[in-house]
Amino acid sequence: MDFSIMDYVITFLVGGTICALAQILVVRTNITTSRILVLFLSIGIVLQTLGVYPYFKDFAKAGATVPIIGFGATLAQGAIEAAKADGLLGVFQGGLTATAGGIAIAIFSGFVVALIFSSKTKHIK
Amino acid sequence: MVSTNKQTVIFNNKPTIIGNFSIGGPLESKGPLRDYLGYKLEDDKLNEDTFEKAERKLLEHIIFGAIDNANLKLNDIDVLLGGDLLNQIVSSSFAARKFGITFIGLYSACATIAESLALGACLVDRQVFNTVCCATASHFSSAERQYRFPLELGNQRPPTSQWTVTGGGASILSNKGKGPVITSATFGKVVDFGIKDVNNMGACMAPAAMDTIMTHLQGTNTRVEDYDLIATGDLGKLGSEILVDLLERKGIKLGQNYSDCGNLIYNKQEKVFMGGSGSGCSATVFNSYILHKLRKGDFKKVLLVATGALLSTTTSQQGDSIPGIAHAVCIEGGK
Repeated sequence: MDFSIMDYVITFLVGGTICALAQILVVRTNITTSRILVLFLSIGIVLQTLGVYPYFKDFAKAGATVPIIGFGATLAQGAIEAAKADGLLGVFQGGLTATAGGIAIAIFSGFVVALIFSSKTKHIK
Repeated sequence: MVSTNKQTVIFNNKPTIIGNFSIGGPLESKGPLRDYLGYKLEDDKLNEDTFEKAERKLLEHIIFGAIDNANLKLNDIDVLLGGDLLNQIVSSSFAARKFGITFIGLYSACATIAESLALGACLVDRQVFNTVCCATASHFSSAERQYRFPLELGNQRPPTSQWTVTGGGASILSNKGKGPVITSATFGKVVDFGIKDVNNMGACMAPAAMDTIMTHLQGTNTRVEDYDLIATGDLGKLGSEILVDLLERKGIKLGQNYSDCGNLIYNKQEKVFMGGSGSGCSATVFNSYILHKLRKGDFKKVLLVATGALLSTTTSQQGDSIPGIAHAVCIEGGK
């Protein structure tokens, strides 16, 4: 697939804007980072359920899929498709099956990093 | 002798602070009080595997330093009064394990140093013990893991949060010797104005500070102007403003002689948002800057009002408000 410069710019701007919105919530409100994560995840689920997310994904590509909104959308997509195929059982199985790769990689990388590195106190400035 | 308010104690056999020591972490060692610190850490892990192990090693060094500063040996100490922020006050218990001396564990969050000084002074005053070591410390990373999130999560901290001090201090109280003396103390009551915001500890503790300050002034029949310094523990920027306001409404005006240890310990340019906190905050500031000034004679009468937020991670998750407490000790320039 060939990507133009414009594709990269759009991806960067959309992904960055989503992150900036989260940052504003951290700085301006009392909402904890875990709640922001769940909020964005839920937005992704809603966008996918309403059918809007695929257009967003086509437009921004990685800018839409890499932030947690993309994870929520994949979760919803998996659940919906599995529900169509297997009914109620699919609702429960589908979401995790679709996102299994992402989850496994996250856990595995965390494990590997923890084995190799030890934590240091953050330095401000 | 306890005053009629049942909180203030005026000592007859005023204990002398014959030795003290403080240690500051890497950030504290760059702060405005760096020249008063007994020792400046470069590595806040102190060559240990974890931050929790580092915190107890920190406390061991602080206690050793104070005993050494008093020109005493370990055997000369009758009892150690200590506490810290970690669950089950493990840093203090494990540090005490190393010394093999009588240990009384205490907890009042960030007010622990004042609680230990006040209680230690009572023990010496009443001749229960002759030589008492009062010590406490805290560590930014171990506190983060326990109260907020572990560092490994890479979590962002909100702009209103305070920075737990990595550091601490210890004082040796004695029934003989030269140095600043503890003349009176006020043990606090738990005060709760119903604030639930864990990112605004200063507001939670300010009412307790107000209560203890008023009680102490009444119990000792003194006024704000009588003190060269009234220092709260870690109300931080917002909390100290709230305290000034609360006291003003009661007709007590805190003037230029009021400071907050959380505001003193870090440079203004550092992004420490609302100032320092932790049991080590007031302990470090007291055992470095304040005692130095008392020994030199720059301060003649100081009231240390350390404040503590008495919550646990469970209580705040269950929707409880955050109660506060403040203990106060009055120290006067020694002979």
